[in-house]
Amino acid sequence: MPSFANASCPLPLRHTDQIMIGHGSGGRMTQELINRIFLTHFDHPQLTLGNDFAAVLPPDFAERQGRLSISTDAHIVKPLFFPGGDIGKLAVCGTVNDVAMSGAIPLYLTASFIVEEGLSMNLLEQIVISMAKTAKEAGVSIVAGDTKVAEKGSVDQLFISTSGVGWIPDGRQINGQSAQPGDSILLSGSMGDHGIAVLAERGELGFTTTLCSDMAPLNGMIEELLKVAPHVHVLRDPTRGGVATTLNEIAQQSRVAMLLQEDTLPVKKQVLAACEMLGFDPLYIANEGKLLVIVPEEDKAAALKVMHQHPYGKDAVEIGKILPREGETPRVFMKTRIGGKRILDTLAGELLPRIC
Amino acid sequence: MTFSETYRDPTLVAQTIQKIHAATRQHWTIMEICGGQTHALMQHGFDDLLPEEIELVHGPGCPVCVTPLELIDKGIAIAQQRNVIFTSYGDMLRVPGSTLDLFSVRAAGGKVKIVTSPIEALQIARSNPDQQVVFFAIGFETTAPANALSVLKAKELNLKNYSMLVSQVRVPPAIRTILSDPQNRVQGFLAAGHVCSVMGYQEYLPLAEEFRLPIVVTGFEPLDLALGILETVKALENNRNEVINAYPRAVIKEGNQSAQEIIQRVYEPCDQKWRGIGTIPDSGWKLNATFSDFDAEKRFEVGDIQTKESEICISGLILQGRKKPFECPAFGTICTPQNPLGATMVSSEGTCAAYYRYQWK
Repeated sequence: MPSFANASCPLPLRHTDQIMIGHGSGGRMTQELINRIFLTHFDHPQLTLGNDFAAVLPPDFAERQGRLSISTDAHIVKPLFFPGGDIGKLAVCGTVNDVAMSGAIPLYLTASFIVEEGLSMNLLEQIVISMAKTAKEAGVSIVAGDTKVAEKGSVDQLFISTSGVGWIPDGRQINGQSAQPGDSILLSGSMGDHGIAVLAERGELGFTTTLCSDMAPLNGMIEELLKVAPHVHVLRDPTRGGVATTLNEIAQQSRVAMLLQEDTLPVKKQVLAACEMLGFDPLYIANEGKLLVIVPEEDKAAALKVMHQHPYGKDAVEIGKILPREGETPRVFMKTRIGGKRILDTLAGELLPRIC
Repeated sequence: MTFSETYRDPTLVAQTIQKIHAATRQHWTIMEICGGQTHALMQHGFDDLLPEEIELVHGPGCPVCVTPLELIDKGIAIAQQRNVIFTSYGDMLRVPGSTLDLFSVRAAGGKVKIVTSPIEALQIARSNPDQQVVFFAIGFETTAPANALSVLKAKELNLKNYSMLVSQVRVPPAIRTILSDPQNRVQGFLAAGHVCSVMGYQEYLPLAEEFRLPIVVTGFEPLDLALGILETVKALENNRNEVINAYPRAVIKEGNQSAQEIIQRVYEPCDQKWRGIGTIPDSGWKLNATFSDFDAEKRFEVGDIQTKESEICISGLILQGRKKPFECPAFGTICTPQNPLGATMVSSEGTCAAYYRYQWK
């Protein structure tokens, strides 16, 4: 006999384990995602209000003096997790550091997530937790966000774009145009750790390493630095393209020459070995937690001392000097370990392993 | 101090360079054949340190540079095909064919993959049985054994979806071509240490004797390079026309015989076209009859593609050491590493690219 005793309505699956297109629809699924994943870990009052915007106050100490520093950065990294970091930490550090390179105190971040359909919810949550933790360390608040879900195959797992706002206290004039002949070039630690750690984690090198990415928010160290060396001319984090490309950019902006001393350049043995196997040069490998400081000679000792006391700058060294440019073209030169002098050029395109 | 640090020790290098200064009495033109050595000499700033009388000219030893334009066009034509995974050493991707490079093929959806050895390409073939996997087998004697080995393995495994696009060149015939030119200026050679670690240096004995000049087997670290130059200068000053091994920690006279055996089994000698120079008799290797099934040119029927080189580019003269990059009107103006016109600008090991990168004045 037919019976209604066990009849049930086929309820739609709740899809709490992976991202579905519906999570980007703007409807109930989107709300669920926001509440369950984002608002659990990002807790700024402006976010919980649920507006399309964040209305925030300038910091108390600003007293309407100084300027805003604003930056934006999109983050794509494969794999999403690697030794020393993940895309979430990268998305926070990347923008915090860009804002801080003006000498600003980073205050607020916004984050846009472009998620591939099918991404594990658990993975997304781990990344969000990592962002919250890194934002806390950096002392910034994530005050606005957005999520879009893209069809399977049209993005690679997850892209995160972050924008940041910071406050530049009055009197700080730090930018790429300000390097002057006679200045010292300081580097906060070893080159290439991030690039090689990520490459190795991809498993395409045919070898593994014990390296960790150097990824870190640098604003804390910068504040300490500016207390003792207020006349810093340039701050820059040598990310893609590495130290060589970054210094070339600064040389162009400031219309100066530079001379580096090869024997002072800090490189870990594992990074050097990996580079030599692949035909890379550590000077062109990406960093995510290193700081280049261009500072007048008289502030150099104080700057190095305070960096040495900070965990992210304990291996800081002077790597070279700013010189007047010879002729029209600003160039970066290097005194090699054996005493020769050569040009250090910008990275041409993609880093390519050489044939021999 | 580790083994590699010893060969980079600034004090030892400085002492050796001092000895070069002491030994040099007259002007000498010395060619380093190998692109890796050109790169290393520039990278360490040797130009600044050597006596003015020593002129280093840079030979045709960059495998990426001398790979014929038409072979790159063939590679591109193959890589554009739908069922193909085209694998290559990284620096070949940037080298332009007559209209495109492999980067553009990849950007347009072609499956172009960078590998660091042909064995990796073979692995890709094994894990993608529904795809044809092609490896761009370029290089000198250094890459030949590993390239040949991949074909040997493919045959053993009865792999039907693996093939190679081959441009395999040899150093000694190129030296002969340079020395036979009536306008030749080269008085001594640094022979490439890695090539000699495979082939030994017996092939160089008749060249040194016939053309009456020293050939010095030289390594790649700063101290190796300094020692190689020192031995060459001493031989030139004392009129000793012989082959000297200045890289004995890696090279023996007979070379690596098991590597040579693999080359013999898979390849046979052929006349070979060199980009910027032309065809040099007996200067290359191609797959022999037993392994011709693995020849991508045959498998994909691209044998007919013919391409003409740039007319402005003087890379042929540069590869023979007869002109310096600065003497070319296109250098650094219309010809740059981002937009190379010819052989010597295309790879980071090419002479023009090395000058552009390290010595631009």
